[in-house]
Amino acid sequence: MTASRGGWLRVTVASAAGRKKAKHARRDGFVPYNARHRLQEADKNIAVEPLVKIRDLHFSRGDRKIFDGVDLDIPRGKVTAIMGPSGTGKTTLLRLIGGQLNPDQGSVVVDGQEVPDLSHSALYQLRQRMGMLFQSGALLTDLNVFENVAFPLREHTALPESMIRNMVLMKLQAVGLRGAHQLMPSELSGGMARRIALARAIALDPMMIMYDEPFTGQDPISMGAIVQLIRLLNDALGLSSIIVSHDVAEASAISDYIYVISQGKVVGHGTPEALGKTDSAWVRQFMQGLPDGPVPFHYPAPDYREDLLHA
Amino acid sequence: MDRYLSITRRRITGKIYSMLEWVRQLGRSGIGQFEKLGRANLFLLNTLAGLPELVRRPSLLVKQLWSVGVLSLLIIVVSGLFVGMVLALQGYNTLVDFGAEESLGVAVALSIVRELGPVVTALLFAGRAGSALSAEIGLMKATEQLSGMEMMAVDPMHRVISPRFFAGVISMPLLAAIFSAVGIYGGYFVGVGLLGVDDGAYWAQMQSKVDFYDDVLNGVIKSLVFGWVVTWIAVFEGYDAIPTSEGVSRATTRTVVYSAFAVLGLDFILTALMFGD
Repeated sequence: MTASRGGWLRVTVASAAGRKKAKHARRDGFVPYNARHRLQEADKNIAVEPLVKIRDLHFSRGDRKIFDGVDLDIPRGKVTAIMGPSGTGKTTLLRLIGGQLNPDQGSVVVDGQEVPDLSHSALYQLRQRMGMLFQSGALLTDLNVFENVAFPLREHTALPESMIRNMVLMKLQAVGLRGAHQLMPSELSGGMARRIALARAIALDPMMIMYDEPFTGQDPISMGAIVQLIRLLNDALGLSSIIVSHDVAEASAISDYIYVISQGKVVGHGTPEALGKTDSAWVRQFMQGLPDGPVPFHYPAPDYREDLLHA
Repeated sequence: MDRYLSITRRRITGKIYSMLEWVRQLGRSGIGQFEKLGRANLFLLNTLAGLPELVRRPSLLVKQLWSVGVLSLLIIVVSGLFVGMVLALQGYNTLVDFGAEESLGVAVALSIVRELGPVVTALLFAGRAGSALSAEIGLMKATEQLSGMEMMAVDPMHRVISPRFFAGVISMPLLAAIFSAVGIYGGYFVGVGLLGVDDGAYWAQMQSKVDFYDDVLNGVIKSLVFGWVVTWIAVFEGYDAIPTSEGVSRATTRTVVYSAFAVLGLDFILTALMFGD
């Protein structure tokens, strides 16, 4: 599945390009045709192997421990949500998977490669097969929508201009914003910016997409659009998706599997239905959004009566 | 009594603690400064490593040359003109007492080519282009654009920082040269045009007294050094900014302040080396 997807892009890269392009194709991970059956063999083996495998992950910022022994598996072809209260380092987890941060201890394996051990160029190779959707969209503000989506194509392939145009318009059509290709990022609403960023993230046909808080600050309509897009793109393109979010309802609605993280540890995981019926008081409080429970409503403080009367 | 004593004791220990805290703060900020210096040097190395990519894709550099260099032209030309005019006015009033107003051309040319050209251009450049660079890069960081590029497997050091750095290094000597040329014409306009210094003397004395190597080339070296340092400070402060709006505004301020210090300090050192003997 993973090999044949993305394959058409790589074949077009090679055929449209000629001698000079062969170099680029190699850089893009193009595999010669006669070697492809071996790849398919390998594919069978890794089909059961999770795409991202995190074991005993420790990470701290200064004195603050963010992760304290996290184990996670992100399966292939599924939508996996990672949830938890604000400040639990969910975004940090994505940065660890993307190799922007290195763990203090433990292993992060993406598609069979140990991310913290990769060289600069190997890491950049791997990132070409990862897409990431930032909370703000992170569109390049000096380029218009078209150029933003074309950016990864121009940087990593030597495709002719006409093909880049077609591909960009196809990606924009997929997110429903082909008509907006002339606009500048400053003219877009938050929801539109996120969809454009999504089109850019799938421009190179990655194997996975990481979504950083995709539902935050969206009106109901653009929220609905994003929720639907994440599911549709995952299934239509055979991607694997990781959603980091604290919006319980939306994330449960589209994810196949959920991990709940709190205080540096995985406190619960399972399918959305299973998590809904969990025994853990903490997970129940989080999933149902109860104001008081294992996570107290009050920040630790001296006795209220004492505090008021003996100032 | 006991209560009074215990309060006094608490006050004294409190004072000692606040003094100790002050010493700790001092140490911490000292270590912080050295850390920053180290980061800045590693950053520069990374920036220089982006040169091969720039050679392959000169369009990246050209775009930055436009926004860093060409867009600074107006302020440089206008300032150069006024600096030259003021120099001529001041110089004339001094020289005329000794009957030496024919030397006005030399006075104007030497002060501009050796000192004011490189120094004032660098200061203006820090204010116009340097602050813009810091703010732009800082905002790109704050809006996750740099992070986004990294995740698209595009190295922001090579794609964003290097072109801006080299554009600054290339632009500065050119801007300083334009400043000097315009300044000399400004002096000519006031000296010859308004105050009646002899036209031929203005140029002839300049031609015979201004040396290409000693004066012009040293000025060019100065502006190269300033360009390097100011742009380095600007891009580093932007890249190192705390990614909030307050952090970016602080970085912009720091760029202008540090650049001014660096330019004036280095100017003294360079002048001592070049013209000291």
